[in-house]
Amino acid sequence: MDSESLLLSLELASGSGQGLSPDRRASLLTSLMLVKRDYRYERVLFWGRILGLVGDYYIAQGLSEDQLAPRKTLYSLNCIEWSLLPPATEEMLLQTSMVNGRFMGDPSHEYEHTELQKVTEADKAFEEEVVVQVKEETRLVSVVDQIDKAVAMVPRGALFKTPLGPTHVNRTFEGLSLSEAKKLGSYFHFKEATELKNKTLLEKADLDPSLDFMDSLEYDIPKGSWSIQMERGNALVVLRSLLWPGLTFFHAPYTKNYGYIYVGTGEKNIDLPFML
Amino acid sequence: MEASTILNQEEESQEPGEAGQPWEEMAAASSRDQEPKLPEPMESEPGPETEPQPRSSLPGSPRSRASTPAGDLTTFGASLPGASPQDPLPSPPLELPKLDLVPPWPSDKLTSAIPDAETTRSDHVEHTTDDEESTPHPTSQLEGNALQQSQQSKPHLPQPGHVTSNHSQQKELRVGLFLEEDWGSNEDPDQVEPEVSEAAPNMLEIAVQNAKAYLLQTSSKSSLNLYDHLSDMLTKVLDERPENAVEIIESISQDVKKAHFSKKLDTLQNENEMLPAYELAEKQKALFLQGNLEEADQDLEDEIAENCLPNVMESAFYFEQAGVCLGTDATYRIFLALKQLTDTHPIHKCRFWGKILGLEMNYLVAEVEFREGEDEEEGEEEDVADEKANGESEVDEDEEDELPKPFYKAPQAVPKEESRTGANKYVYFVCSEPGRPWIKLPSVTPVQIVVARKIKKFFTGRLDAPVISYPPFPGNESNYLRAQIARISAGTHVSPLGFYQFGEEEGEEEEEVEGGRESFEENPDFEGIPVIDLVESLSNWVHHVQHILPQGRCNWFNPVQKSEEEEEEEDEEKEEEKAEEHDYIEQEVGPPLLTPISEDLEIRNVPPWTTRLSSNLIPQYAIAVLRSNLWPGAYAFSNGKKFENIYIGWGHKYSPDNYTPPAPPPVYEEYPSGPEITEMDDPSVEEEQSFRAAQAAAVLEAEQDEETEDEDEDD
Repeated sequence: MDSESLLLSLELASGSGQGLSPDRRASLLTSLMLVKRDYRYERVLFWGRILGLVGDYYIAQGLSEDQLAPRKTLYSLNCIEWSLLPPATEEMLLQTSMVNGRFMGDPSHEYEHTELQKVTEADKAFEEEVVVQVKEETRLVSVVDQIDKAVAMVPRGALFKTPLGPTHVNRTFEGLSLSEAKKLGSYFHFKEATELKNKTLLEKADLDPSLDFMDSLEYDIPKGSWSIQMERGNALVVLRSLLWPGLTFFHAPYTKNYGYIYVGTGEKNIDLPFML
Repeated sequence: MEASTILNQEEESQEPGEAGQPWEEMAAASSRDQEPKLPEPMESEPGPETEPQPRSSLPGSPRSRASTPAGDLTTFGASLPGASPQDPLPSPPLELPKLDLVPPWPSDKLTSAIPDAETTRSDHVEHTTDDEESTPHPTSQLEGNALQQSQQSKPHLPQPGHVTSNHSQQKELRVGLFLEEDWGSNEDPDQVEPEVSEAAPNMLEIAVQNAKAYLLQTSSKSSLNLYDHLSDMLTKVLDERPENAVEIIESISQDVKKAHFSKKLDTLQNENEMLPAYELAEKQKALFLQGNLEEADQDLEDEIAENCLPNVMESAFYFEQAGVCLGTDATYRIFLALKQLTDTHPIHKCRFWGKILGLEMNYLVAEVEFREGEDEEEGEEEDVADEKANGESEVDEDEEDELPKPFYKAPQAVPKEESRTGANKYVYFVCSEPGRPWIKLPSVTPVQIVVARKIKKFFTGRLDAPVISYPPFPGNESNYLRAQIARISAGTHVSPLGFYQFGEEEGEEEEEVEGGRESFEENPDFEGIPVIDLVESLSNWVHHVQHILPQGRCNWFNPVQKSEEEEEEEDEEKEEEKAEEHDYIEQEVGPPLLTPISEDLEIRNVPPWTTRLSSNLIPQYAIAVLRSNLWPGAYAFSNGKKFENIYIGWGHKYSPDNYTPPAPPPVYEEYPSGPEITEMDDPSVEEEQSFRAAQAAAVLEAEQDEETEDEDEDD
């Protein structure tokens, strides 16, 4: 959710029960402003909160002018001091894929797990158990990246692509209509398209290149990993991810208020197929 | 439009019959004559029906309906000559309709007709204005006109050669006709009718019909007809009474035509999209209005005195400090909804339990305790359920088919806990949105809790949705929801140590040693625990909801005691032995009530609770916040003296491992396995030979033995 409309966004997203205490809200309003100035971001998003056993991570993201350019991720434990996280790499994802369980809330905490590694010694290959240590900060980076790639989203039309390439915020976006808001196809993954290239020409025929340049949620796997609800009568549409429980997206139809927030344990719901 | 006029026509056509004899005769005569030629003889009548309308607006027109036909008749009689000149061959009057129906020069006719109409109309208007001044003697004038017309029309009809020369006369006649119409109100039908009927022979009738039929032709372009158009125009003029009607008659005509283009309602219409929003707002408005209904102060005082409504807003304030909130206005609506619930039910105690998220809708859950003796309905329900169960078993026994019966004997069902005890201590109401009706959840059975522990399903938000799972869940979503609520309550409802104390009923204590004491009461001497202690030590928090045993009950139920009767029937000792073994099954014991939560078990190194201060910035006014790691979404707060629990989440327990559905039970044996039915290897040739040799040897021996025996016997 945009840091500038933080209070309104929190109010709209409060249906899931995850809010922020008044002191956190106040400190976020102050500190994110400074983050925006210091890091020279075009836009700062309050991304959410990862609940740890001891403490919580508050995550914010900075956007440059091109909205789809890689986002910079910052985290904070007290909502005042922010630290920049390194961009996620393949190696990190691989490393942290072995780690499960809850976050601790301490970036320097080290998870240990044993791994079998092939060691070649004197022409003989044998396997050896190696204890691999993963720092929680690394795990945080990869989890935020995974969540971002899997469930960060924007409504259709909120961003537009200029002919020269960069993507901008669409200032003429006036919200989805009610019937559109009820369809999963009106929401896009907030990342560079990956599935769009695999579509046939026939499927792409109706797409508007300046608006439909991202993947739609409609084809997400597994099917049914989103819960769409109309709340407050029909005045608010709320999407909750079932794959990453804790992610709440909200959009008030006919207004430009939209955003998403993640408040959860940072664990993927791999039991989803059993639960539907 | 057409349908309605036809209807009216019919009415009209009936009325004249009743009203005026002469008309009826004529109509009969004309219809007889016309039937073969005119497809729609009735069409002649809509004219009178539409035209009379303007008359009613005329000053001083208390014209009875019965007089209509008379006036109309004269109209027809008079308008006949007007029509006939336009027809090229009027001499064989019987063929007129044909020609009219197939108009040879429609454009000509139209143009010729319209000027006529205009002129007549303008005349008519002038006349009407005159009339207003000269109302005292309208009848005489009229009669004169009528006579004139009839006289003139007579000679013209059979003589087509006079058509053109008659044109001027027509106009006059028409004027006369319109005048007549307008003054029809004042005229005495009896005076006019005889004259007309005398004057108008069948030919005239037919001509009238033809003229009208022509005027009533519907244009294929605009689907209008001149007759209706003219009458509409006249209506408009007479209604509005413009100053310069003659000058603006063209634009009036245009306006009348334009009026037909008004948008017709399409069958495909936009859905009224915001409807649910209005509906909900309407319902919530009722919530806000409920306070106004109670007007008397006395009631108000009583209400305040016997208050069972919790202060939801206060709790919400504290929970907001903890970072858990549903939004202030949403909470207030929930507050009002709870008030509605307590007003409509005999509730002793009420609490906002929390919110369970669903796929389609969410559940707001209220935990209530009924007043003593007010929850009898439930007891009845239970009885019914029990009866049902009994009935089913009886049916099973009655079945006398010879199907093989399975050896499997279902373990005896553990009975449900009485209401007000154990897992059924409270009653729960749910609703999807504040303002919608509260629905009471059924009480929970031990089986449901046991199965609910084994499954993990999302709630849909519809209470009647089936729960499709393995192992099969006994009941629908409302039962599953109730079971999860019971589990969550048992796991996460905590209070500061000392807030509750056991009731001092020592007599009962001994009886309840098994399951631990059930009842507790608020400690009046509770002095509060410093917040910092609450944060630092989990032993300052205690569970105040009973632990649910693996059996699915809070108080252990010994399944063996009840099954003794059955065992008596089966006299086999083995069974008894087994039963004895059962007896030694360990009694399931859970932690007693008001056990500190520091004794809760860890789940794979995950501590079950996380405590912290709500704010590190101003710790002196902060509150203690407790977050359950076992049931993500369960929170508790305490400011030392007050405490509250809430749950907002999906209703699932946390598990570090993946969910795996339990394996199906092992397959039962169909029959006991023994050597006679086990498959063996075929013997080899050598084996067979050796077997034969052995057999032969045996036979030999036997024979020898016999022989020897025989010998012995012989001996």
